[in-house]
Amino acid sequence: MDSGDSKRLLELLTARRAELIAQWEQAVGASLHGRLSTVELGRELSELYDAVVDALATGGFAGRSSEYAVVRSLLVELSRNRARQGFTPTETAVSVFALKEVLESLLGGSVEDIHVYLQFSRLLDDLGLFTVEEYARTREEIISAQSQQLLELSTPVVKLWDGVVGVPLVGTLDSARTQVVMEKLLQALLDSNSAHAIIDITGVPAVDTQVAQHLLKTVVAARMMGAECVISGIRPQIAQTIVGLGIEFGDIPTKATLADALRHALVEIDKASATRAAGLL
Amino acid sequence: MRNYPADEASREEVAIQASGDVVKARQTVRLLAQQAGLSLVNQTKLVTAASELGRNTLIYGGGGTAQAAIVRDVARVGVWVRFADTGPGIPDTELALTDGWTSGSGMGLGLSGARRLVDEFELDSTPGVGTTVTVLKWAR
Repeated sequence: MDSGDSKRLLELLTARRAELIAQWEQAVGASLHGRLSTVELGRELSELYDAVVDALATGGFAGRSSEYAVVRSLLVELSRNRARQGFTPTETAVSVFALKEVLESLLGGSVEDIHVYLQFSRLLDDLGLFTVEEYARTREEIISAQSQQLLELSTPVVKLWDGVVGVPLVGTLDSARTQVVMEKLLQALLDSNSAHAIIDITGVPAVDTQVAQHLLKTVVAARMMGAECVISGIRPQIAQTIVGLGIEFGDIPTKATLADALRHALVEIDKASATRAAGLL
Repeated sequence: MRNYPADEASREEVAIQASGDVVKARQTVRLLAQQAGLSLVNQTKLVTAASELGRNTLIYGGGGTAQAAIVRDVARVGVWVRFADTGPGIPDTELALTDGWTSGSGMGLGLSGARRLVDEFELDSTPGVGTTVTVLKWAR
């Protein structure tokens, strides 16, 4: 590294600080189409500018050295904010790269100037890449947090009535989720001492043979525990598709709506209590 | 199956390597079916058929690709979907299309059921080379 080079650049950056920051802000602002307030952007960029100047003074052009720790932490914050606010990777990286353009017009045509510009632009490339990396990492964190949340809210088992539990299924049913549903349902049957379960598939967009097979297995397992299952939420298109596929639900009662299924379960309970009242039990 | 002119702009391709990809292929098909103006019943039938075939591609073919496009004939529009894999192939396609027959652990209704759910169906398989299933559903 040539300390003379960075010295010349440092002088320029310090002397024309205000002007350069204003131009930089303008270049970035144009690419973001006003989706970030100028005050916020100005604060972000001037902080970053000062940090880069400080790092240049001590650490030269080595963007991954310890002197650039402050710059990097500012960039981490910047990319995280951009990722959360839904900006694209390009819109995020442009915050760094726009400084190149600003500086380009400022430097003269001498060999030293070009040399120093190239070195500085290499540094900015490095910092830009770092920004994109950080952006991607934030996005991944958001995605994994969301899938975690999805799993949590996917399968509630609710008590609908005395002796009737319901499982509203929403989304795609794969083997892993069916396993969770089955376990939860069977446990709920035992815990609430219920003899009736309603599996509602209103929220399942398509019922194919795999989903049907999973449903059938769940019903058979519940029967082994002495509980009767009703499948509800069979919409017209689902009914026609199931018939087309040739799937048979056998003697498992199916209903169009959850209300019908609940009525069916209550009638069954009523019949059972009538038998009890007649003194057979 | 006749070769209908496809709407090139609508052509989509999804690689099927994991069970999440089957869901993705299914969503792609559903989107195209909506664009082509299929009724809700026909959308559901095509999507379910795509789900069956996509899972076959994954489980029996060891992964492959799904292609889908909107196709046009003289006075009608439809959605065309093709699943291709380079798996072991099906030695006896007649048997594979029999209700209730399966070489795996499913219900044995996927392939034969998918054929009933669509308007045109073509199964092309060579043992040791791979299997291609093409389906088409018209909007009406």
